[in-house]
Amino acid sequence: MDISKNTFEAMKTLVEQGKRFDGRALTEYRAVEISYDVSKAAEGSARVRMGKTEVIAGVKLTLDKPYPDSPEKGNLLVSGDLLPLASPRYEVGPPKFDAIELPRLVDRVIRESHVIELDKLVVKAGEKVWTVIIDVYPLNDDGNLVDAAVLAAIAALKQAKMPGVTEAGFPDYKHRTKQAVPLAKELVPLSVTLFKLGNALFIDPTREEAEAAEVKCNFGLTKQGKKHMIHSAQKTGAKPFTQKELETAAILIGEKYDELYDKLKKVL
Amino acid sequence: MASFKRSDGRKVNELRPMTAKVGVVPNADGSALFAFGDTIAIAAVYGPRLLHPQHMQDPKQATLRVNYDLLSFSVYDRKKPGPSRRSQEISKMTEYALSPVLDLKEFPSTVIDVQIYILQADAGTRTAGINAASMALAHAGLPMKNLVCSVAIGKQDTTVVADLTKEEEDFHEGEGATDFPLAKIANSDQFTLVQLDGNIATELVAEVLEMANETCAEVYEVQKKALKAGATQ
Repeated sequence: MDISKNTFEAMKTLVEQGKRFDGRALTEYRAVEISYDVSKAAEGSARVRMGKTEVIAGVKLTLDKPYPDSPEKGNLLVSGDLLPLASPRYEVGPPKFDAIELPRLVDRVIRESHVIELDKLVVKAGEKVWTVIIDVYPLNDDGNLVDAAVLAAIAALKQAKMPGVTEAGFPDYKHRTKQAVPLAKELVPLSVTLFKLGNALFIDPTREEAEAAEVKCNFGLTKQGKKHMIHSAQKTGAKPFTQKELETAAILIGEKYDELYDKLKKVL
Repeated sequence: MASFKRSDGRKVNELRPMTAKVGVVPNADGSALFAFGDTIAIAAVYGPRLLHPQHMQDPKQATLRVNYDLLSFSVYDRKKPGPSRRSQEISKMTEYALSPVLDLKEFPSTVIDVQIYILQADAGTRTAGINAASMALAHAGLPMKNLVCSVAIGKQDTTVVADLTKEEEDFHEGEGATDFPLAKIANSDQFTLVQLDGNIATELVAEVLEMANETCAEVYEVQKKALKAGATQ
């Protein structure tokens, strides 16, 4: 936590009364915006803004051997870094826990939802498959990075086109096909992270709020028919959640999923 | 739902046979073994001891430092020794799971090292590790508010079950398998570990938490019994 004790105390008092520094309700999102084509060289790329938070994601495809335990499936790899460009808090050097956690959480939301049809990415079973590589980078960290990063990754995936293949069997990145990356169209995995400070739960924090929060729990979910399915979750932070809070969370994340999805379905 | 048959014949809320023992590493300040069936974890606690290098010290409280890892031969495909991103993440989650019961302010500038290794893995390694570590901390005589108990609740298709084996984690029918590892402070409503991988409807979360309450109570009894047996040796 890099905020002062005074800020922490003031914020705690405020959120426990259901209020925030920027006037939002505890479960109110900041303005969300998605744009595309961050890089022509990527098979797909997107930029997400949530308030002042900005995250970009790029999708690249390579031809590789499949993993021994999934010879008839393509591979998925999510990586990323907290670039020192994006915040005075980030430093050059070996990744700290936050930098390890971000791509792992994005990976699990996408992988466990099975939105990418990996079985359709096989060139020759057991020998050659496509690897989908998603890289996420925050350009400006003003809180709620994981939710923004998942959104950027999904947007980039939806827009991505498969590379061509040269006669020698290598990917031809300059002559991209019109074929999309095979996705289960009905699935839109999104991330909703709940933050807790004192006895208040809130979403979409600014950096200051994220640093004040005593614990958070990230959820990756989709909507299937009328049900919200959770595909991944992770609590980060030393304070516990009560059973009641987790039960409340299970309802709240479904509502927030619908709200975020409704806002974005036109651009996704 | 009641008709669902688990691959090893257990009831939906039945844990695998548990084994627990303290004092398995005589050199350590506290140590324990905890097993769920074929998943065996050992944990050793060293400290509180002065944290080096000095700039890492926290003058306000002790630092809890957990290192969780699979031993190379604990899994069928040999695991390359040394930390992976997975093991680093589990180590961190285990710190978060255990620290709420410790009085870290009692030991400023020190470190409490908790070393957790998995000897044999058949799913549920982080939960077995947390149970072993919680016992090892108590065995080391550290002041604790309570023990931490951990169980992986899961799901097979649409049925909620406790303590999945590896075979159950690889279940692919219907909605497939969900792994929902949880830890809580014993006899309380405080959950200190929440992780999930899989596919589970939000409306089932309450049922999962209830099963965690019920099964963690069984883990607690096993931990307590082993600690008492260890104290009389």
